[in-house]
Amino acid sequence: MWKLAKYLKHYKKEVILGPAFKLTEAILELIAPLIMANIIDVGIRNSDSDYILRMGGLMILIAAVGLCCALICQYFAAKASQGFGTNLRNEMFSHIASLSHAEIDTLGTPSLITRITNDVNQLQVAVAMLIRLVIRAPFLVIGATVMAMMIDFQMSLIFVAAAAGIAVVLYLVMSRSVPFYRAIQKLLDRISLVTRENLAGVRVIRAFSKQEKEQERFDEGTDELKKASVRVGKISALLNPFTYLIVNAGIIAIIWFGGGAVNTGALEQGQIVALVQYMTQILLALIVVANLVVIFTKASASAARVNEVLETQASVADGKNAPENADKGADIPKIEFQNVSFSYGGDEMDLENVSVKIMRGQTIGVIGGTGSGKSTFVNLIPRFYDASKGRILVDGEDVREYPFSVLRGQIGMVPQQAVLFSGTVRENMRWRDDSATDDEIWAALRTAQACGFIEKFPQKLDTPVLQGGKNLSGGQRQRLTIARALVGRPEILILDDSASALDFATDAALREALREYGREITVIMVSQRATTLKNADKIIVFDDGQVVGVGTHEELFETNAVYREICLSQLSEGEVRHG
Amino acid sequence: MDKNVIKRLAGFLKPYYGYLVLALASAVISVAMSLWAPVLIGGAVDLIVGPGNVDFPGIVSILIKIGAAIGLSALFQWLMTRCTNHVTYFAVRDLRVRVFEKLKTVHLKYVDSHAHGDLISRVVNDIDQISDGLLQGFAQLFTGVVTIVGTLLFMLSINVNITLVVVLITPLSLGMAAFIAKKSFHLFREQAAVRGELSGYVEEMVGNQKVVKAFGYEKEAQKKFEEINERLQTSGVKSQFASSLTNPCTRFVNAIVYATVGIVGALTAISGGITIGQLSSFLIYANQYTKPFNEISGVVTELQTAFASARRVFEVLDEPSETPDAPGAAVMESSGGRVEIEDVSFSYVPDRKLIEGLNVYAQPGQRIAIVGPTGSGKTTIINLLMRFYDVDKGTIRVDGTDIRLITRNSMRALYGMVLQETWLFAGSIRDNIAYGKPDATEEEIIAAAKAAHAHGFIRRLPDGYDTIIAEDGGISQGQKQLLCIARVMLTRPPMLILDEATSSIDTRTEMMIQSAFSKLMKGRTSFVVAHRLSTIREADCILVMNEGNIVEQGTHKELMMQNGFYANLYNSQFEQVK
Repeated sequence: MWKLAKYLKHYKKEVILGPAFKLTEAILELIAPLIMANIIDVGIRNSDSDYILRMGGLMILIAAVGLCCALICQYFAAKASQGFGTNLRNEMFSHIASLSHAEIDTLGTPSLITRITNDVNQLQVAVAMLIRLVIRAPFLVIGATVMAMMIDFQMSLIFVAAAAGIAVVLYLVMSRSVPFYRAIQKLLDRISLVTRENLAGVRVIRAFSKQEKEQERFDEGTDELKKASVRVGKISALLNPFTYLIVNAGIIAIIWFGGGAVNTGALEQGQIVALVQYMTQILLALIVVANLVVIFTKASASAARVNEVLETQASVADGKNAPENADKGADIPKIEFQNVSFSYGGDEMDLENVSVKIMRGQTIGVIGGTGSGKSTFVNLIPRFYDASKGRILVDGEDVREYPFSVLRGQIGMVPQQAVLFSGTVRENMRWRDDSATDDEIWAALRTAQACGFIEKFPQKLDTPVLQGGKNLSGGQRQRLTIARALVGRPEILILDDSASALDFATDAALREALREYGREITVIMVSQRATTLKNADKIIVFDDGQVVGVGTHEELFETNAVYREICLSQLSEGEVRHG
Repeated sequence: MDKNVIKRLAGFLKPYYGYLVLALASAVISVAMSLWAPVLIGGAVDLIVGPGNVDFPGIVSILIKIGAAIGLSALFQWLMTRCTNHVTYFAVRDLRVRVFEKLKTVHLKYVDSHAHGDLISRVVNDIDQISDGLLQGFAQLFTGVVTIVGTLLFMLSINVNITLVVVLITPLSLGMAAFIAKKSFHLFREQAAVRGELSGYVEEMVGNQKVVKAFGYEKEAQKKFEEINERLQTSGVKSQFASSLTNPCTRFVNAIVYATVGIVGALTAISGGITIGQLSSFLIYANQYTKPFNEISGVVTELQTAFASARRVFEVLDEPSETPDAPGAAVMESSGGRVEIEDVSFSYVPDRKLIEGLNVYAQPGQRIAIVGPTGSGKTTIINLLMRFYDVDKGTIRVDGTDIRLITRNSMRALYGMVLQETWLFAGSIRDNIAYGKPDATEEEIIAAAKAAHAHGFIRRLPDGYDTIIAEDGGISQGQKQLLCIARVMLTRPPMLILDEATSSIDTRTEMMIQSAFSKLMKGRTSFVVAHRLSTIREADCILVMNEGNIVEQGTHKELMMQNGFYANLYNSQFEQVK
C-alpha cells in the first residue's frame, strides 16, 4: 500500500500540515473538560462569576480556533486526496495504454475498469481519512488517558483498562464479522448471476416452462443471503452495547474510587466531572478507530489490485528508431512471416512455424476453424503480440524495429467486434487520421457501403454515435468500422472476420469496392465464409495453429482436404463446382 | 409520491410488524435508560462533595441504579438491533423474490427493451440501498428523535433556564447542517456527473484498448482522459471539502453549547439554583444533544437515495405481466405437428406496421424456412409462435386449436427451440442437457448428447458430464450450440424452432451442428431461420422477410420464378459461389 505514497509527493505540505492542524484541534478539545473542572472547582466554589465568564469565554475562543484548525485540515485532506486520486488515475490510464494485448488479456478489461475507478476511489477515501483521522482518533484515546493521568495516576488505570477492554471487543467483533462480508458479496454476485441468466435466457426458460425452477434457484440465493446477513448482524449487534457497557462500567469505577479519593482529599469534585468527560471521549474516538480499520482493510485490498496493474510490464516494447532498411520496392514482400511461432502462454504453440510472403497490393484470404490461429496471425502484424520465435517483416524490416506509430500508422485494422466510440460519426471516422477531410471520409464510407445510410441521417457526419454505437444496427456498425480503417488510405488493411454481420449482398459489394482501391493497398481478410474469400489472390488455410495450405480457391479446393471440408460444410459440392 | 412509496414499503414490512413494534419499544427503553444514566451520575457526583464529606452508602445505591440503567440500555439496544436486522433482511428477501417473480412473468417486450445491466442493478444494488438506507436509517431516525425529545425532557426536569439556553442554540446547529447538506448536495451531484463521464470514458477506452492500440489513439485518449480527470479533481475537492465541513461545524456548535451550559450552569450554581452533580449531568447531555441532529441530517440523505431506489424497484413491480392463461385453457400433452398461421397481423409499436395478413399452413413434418437480410425481423415469427408476443389480429393454431386457448406452458413444451444466442446456465453439463427433463436417466442424457454429436467433446473434458459451465470459459460457442441441441434432443418435441446462424464456429463443429440439426428435423414440423442453401432449397415453404415484413412466400422454385426480392437476394448471396 505504501508504494503508492509517491503519488502524494506534490502534496507534502498538505499531508504534513493537515494532521498537524487536526492534532491542534484535538488538543484544544481535550483542554475543554479541564477548564470546566476549573470552573467548578475554582469558580463555583469561590462564587467567582468573573472567573466563570473568563473561563467560559476562553472555552468559546478555543472552540473557534479548533474550528479553524479543523477546516484547514479538511481542506488539505480534500486537496491531497483528490490530487492523489487524479495522479493515480492518470498514471494507470497511461500505463494501461502502454500494455500489450497479452497483459490486457491476463488482467481482463472489466477488472481493469473497476481498478481504475472503484479501487482508486477507495484509496482516495483512505488518504482523506489518513489525514483527517489517523492522528486524531488514537491521539484522543491516548490524550484522554494522559490527561486522566495528570489528574490522578491511579484513576488513569481505569482508563487503560477500559480502552483495552473496548479494543478487545472491537477486535473480536470485527475479526468475526469481516469474513462474513466477503461471503455476503459472493452471495450478491450469485443473485446477480441468476438474474442475468434469466434475462438473457428468458426465451429458453419460458420455452421450457422452467420459471418455477428458476424461482427456486433465486429463492435459494436470497434465502442464503438473508441467513448470512442475520448471522453477521448477530455479531455486530453486540458491538455497541458492549462498548457502551465498558465505558459506563468505567464511569461507575471512577465515581466509586473517585469518591474514596475525594474523601481523603486526593481529588476534587470538579476533577471527577472531568474524568467522566474524558471517558465518553474515549468511547467516541474508539468507534472512529473501528471505522478506520474497515476503511484501511478495504484500501489495502484496493492498493494491491492497483499495484498489480502498475507493476505489470508491457511485453511488447516500442521500437525507438525509424526503420532504416524499410524498402518499398515492388519485389520486396509487403509482409513476410519467417518461421514464426507464437504461444499465448500455454504449453502448446498457438501458431507454429508459419512462413508466408504477402506481396504489395495482394488480397489475401485467411480461413480456418475457431482456434486455428487466424486471428493470432493477423494480430502479430501490428505487434499486438510479439512472435515467440521467428521474425515478421514489413517492407523487409523486422516489425520490432519500427516505432509503433510508424508500424501501426500504415495499417488499417477492422476488429472482430464492431466497436464505435461516443462522439459524432465524423469523430469516429478520424481515428486513424485526425486531419481527414469530409471528402476523404465520404470516400471511405462509400467503399465500406456505409454511405447510403449515413446520407439518410439528417445530420449526416454530425450524427451522434452513442457509446458502443448502440444507436446503430450491427451491420451499420460493422460498415462504419470498415470505413474508419480506410480513412487516410492505409497501406495494409486487415479485416479480422469483420463482415460476419453483413448480409451476403453487402459483403459482395464491399469486396467489389475494395478491389477498386487497386494495387496500392494490401488486404488481409479473415473469414469463416468460403464465399467471402473465394476471389482472393491467395488464400491461407489454417488448421490447429499451422498453415496447411496456400493458394487460390480452385487450387485449394482440388488439393487441400481441410479447405475442401470447410467449403463443403457451407455449400453443397455442386454449388462449389458448378453452382 | 413518496407517501405512496412509503405505503408500499410498509406493505413489505407488514408480516414483521411484531418485530417492528418490539424494535420501537426497545428503542424507547434503551434511549430512556441511557438518558437516565447521566442524571444518576450527576446525583452521585453531588454525594462527593469534599474530604470527609462523601456519602458512601448513598453512592452505592446510586451506582447500583446506574448499573441497572446501563445494563438495561445495553440489553434493549441489542434487542432493537436484532429486531431491525430481522425485519430488514426478511423484508428485503421478500422484496427481491417479488421482483424476480415479476421478471418471470413480465411481458417479453420489457426484457427486450431494457438494458439487462440496469435490471440486474435494480434487483441487486437498489434493493441493497433500500436495505441499508431505508430500514436501518429508519431505526436511526427513530432513536435520534427519541433521544432529542428524551434529552429535552430530562434537562427540563433538572433546570428550565439552562434547558432554554440549549434549545435556543440548537437551531444554529440545525441551520448549519441544513446549509452544508444543501450546498454539498449540489456539489455532489456535479461530482457524480463528472465521475459518470469519467467511468464512461474509461469503459470505452480501456474496454476497447485493442482498437485504441490498432489506431495509435493512445495519446488522444490520454489527453481527453486527463481533461475529464482534472475536472473531476476540481469538483471532487469542492464537494469533499463541503461535505467534510459537517463534522467540525457540529463539533463547534457542540463546543459552544458545552461552554454556554458551563457558564450559565456555573453562574446558576453560585446562586444555588443547581447542584454541581446536576451541572455534570447537563454537561453530558450537552455533549450528546447535537449528535442526533447530525445523524438525522445524514439519515435524511440516505432516505432520499433509498426512496429513489424503491421507486426504481416498484417500477419493475408495476410492469404488466403476460396475460394469464385463458380460463379453462387446455393442457395439450402432445401434438401431431400441424401449425396454422391465419390472417395474422402484428407490430411491436402500434404506429409501425410489421406483419399483416400472414397465412402459413405447416403440415406435420414440413419444414418452413425464414430468410432475409440482417435485421429484417426473422425472430418476430419465432416470438409469435412461442407466444412470447401475442398477435394483434388473426389466429395461430396448433392441431386446430387456437394457441391462446392452450396453457402457455404446455403449448411451449410442444416446441424444441435452438436459438443463435446459445443459453446455458452456470451449472454442470449434465444439468444443462437435462434442463427440459430433470428426471432423465444417465443413459437418456448420454444418448441425447451422442445424437447431438456432443458426447465426444464432453467425454474429453476433464470432468466429463460434471464439468461446470462458467460464464466465459471452457467450451467454445459451437460446443455450446451442440449442448443446446442435445437439450432439445432429450425432450423429443413434435415441433422445432431453429436458428441456423453460425458465425464464428469452426468447420468441424459446424458440420456436426448441421448433421445434428437435420437429424433433429426428421419427422418434425420445423421453423428454421435459414442460412444454408440446402435447408432453404429443401424447405416446403420459404418466408422471405425484409425490413420487418414478409415480402414473399412460397417454395424455392416458385420464388425463383417470381424473380422478385427472393430471387435477387438468392442471386446476390450465392451466385459467386457458382
